[in-house]
Amino acid sequence: MNIVIPIKQVPETSNVKMDEKTGTMIREGVESIVNPLDLYSIEIGIQLKERLGGKITVISMGPPSAEKALKEALSMGCDHGVLITGREFAGSDTWSTSYALAEAIRRIGNYHLVICGERATDGDTGQVGPGIASFLDIPLATYVSGITGVSSDHLEVERLVEGGYEQLRLQLPAMVTVVKEISYPRLPTLRGKQKARITEIQNLSSGDLNLDPSRTGLEGSPTRVVNIEVPTVVRNGTIRFAKDEESTARAVDEFLAMLKSKELI
Amino acid sequence: MEFSGVWTLAETRGSELKQVSFELLTRGRKLADKLGVPLSSIVIGNRVSGESLDELIKRGADRIYLVQSEELEHFLVETYSNILSRLIETYKPEIVIAAATTTGRTLMPHVSMKVHAGLTADCTDLDIEEGTNILLQTRPAIGGNILATIKTPQHRPQMATVRPRSTRPAPYDQDRTGEIIKISLDRTLIDDRVTWMGFRKGDMEEVDIQAADVVVSGGKGLKKAENFKLIENLAASLNGVVGASRDTVDRGWISYPHQVGLSGKTVTPRLYVAAGISGAIQHLAGMKTADTIVAINIDPDAQIFKVCDFGIVGDLFEIIPMINERLKEVDEQ
Repeated sequence: MNIVIPIKQVPETSNVKMDEKTGTMIREGVESIVNPLDLYSIEIGIQLKERLGGKITVISMGPPSAEKALKEALSMGCDHGVLITGREFAGSDTWSTSYALAEAIRRIGNYHLVICGERATDGDTGQVGPGIASFLDIPLATYVSGITGVSSDHLEVERLVEGGYEQLRLQLPAMVTVVKEISYPRLPTLRGKQKARITEIQNLSSGDLNLDPSRTGLEGSPTRVVNIEVPTVVRNGTIRFAKDEESTARAVDEFLAMLKSKELI
Repeated sequence: MEFSGVWTLAETRGSELKQVSFELLTRGRKLADKLGVPLSSIVIGNRVSGESLDELIKRGADRIYLVQSEELEHFLVETYSNILSRLIETYKPEIVIAAATTTGRTLMPHVSMKVHAGLTADCTDLDIEEGTNILLQTRPAIGGNILATIKTPQHRPQMATVRPRSTRPAPYDQDRTGEIIKISLDRTLIDDRVTWMGFRKGDMEEVDIQAADVVVSGGKGLKKAENFKLIENLAASLNGVVGASRDTVDRGWISYPHQVGLSGKTVTPRLYVAAGISGAIQHLAGMKTADTIVAINIDPDAQIFKVCDFGIVGDLFEIIPMINERLKEVDEQ
């Protein structure tokens, strides 16, 4: 089974610091990592390869430095790395990103399954996985939590939906986007790292892919970010200080009185 | 033909409509009124009850586009996407809004690619720009640290998803009337490459923090997993459920279904109590629409105090047991 895994390099955002004045992220000292949710798609891809054979191609769109993310995927056990890169891709929203990735996957060809993470931790949209499936016109299952059956032409999966799990059977080639529940990502091995170091990443430009300029980068992106702000939600509520037993008791009294007045107790 | 009109996407569960279908009408009505255009609800399903359809009209829909067939009983993105794309191409709405559920978040990108529309996920606010009549879509970004406003200047429709429970269902108006437009299913739109095999109820904990009137949430200030007991007690005495910040879920102190915030659930309870939660924007995104917000935190500068209606600055390990004690007395009276 040949598998393609689109991944994204993202800033390590769990501890983001914001510039309060400009509303932009302070990028200084922020490390770039493989989107943490992509580690699950990489892991399940490698597990499928171990069971069924075949090759895994990881693919990303980003600046040349995104090679590092692809190398990390190779060191976990993926076979090939493809980077879509070039200035013409700057300003891509999820529409033109999905378009470019889909065209590149078409170019790679001979694949049975495409696996994406649920979403990227920076953009947080979860739109590119379904978007690629839409462009490639292949069956799609999102929020997949388990692969319950594989044959040469079908895949059976469970997807995590509101209140439970839905079971779907998809004709291959297909796309699945996976949730954390599906696997536990392995760490790169020393041997994997050595292999990754000597494996060359294939670079593709929009010219290589014959992309339509009106569908590429900012030009091809329907959406525009028009304003960024650090949000302020202010209610100007009552604040009480509980410093000692007496002031604590007073604050609690007032709290209970407030609940009573609003008929909450 | 010009693109005109606002659409919201209803979600079915068998013959019923999910509550979010009515919440979306609240969002849609506001936009349609500002634009002076009709609000339509799109219903794709099988044997949806007449009462449910009528309720859409009573709660704000001027029109319902209804596509029903046995094959549409369960959501399968390929077929639903073919249908919605066809509807969009035929009737040309300027705005399409869906819920940020597993269905909406799958269907909307699938459709937006086909019709080359702009799509913004997880909007917290939708509004119409004066002068241009363009949809302004506001959503948290970069882990919820900023709010970005996004618009689609050229492409139509303008598509957006909004979180379930981020608004209340639109009010019921007995006197409202509307029109149901039945559209027969063009069978060439059915994609048989995917088969729905079944559904099993999750063995996930039975906790529905979104339906609760009272949510008591604990944060990093609890210091360790065992101290969630305090939160549980307080939630129990207030007839509420237990919520949690992302920090505590990431640390494994409590399970993910309890998580409130951008990467967890959005709640709109009558009372929200945040204990030991600093109030990162990512958390606020999930609870700021609560009727009454109460904060308990040791740090007087904690962000949470800016958004609360009532705050107590102090040690939660002193304060919460005292509240629990006093609530017990109230109960016994």
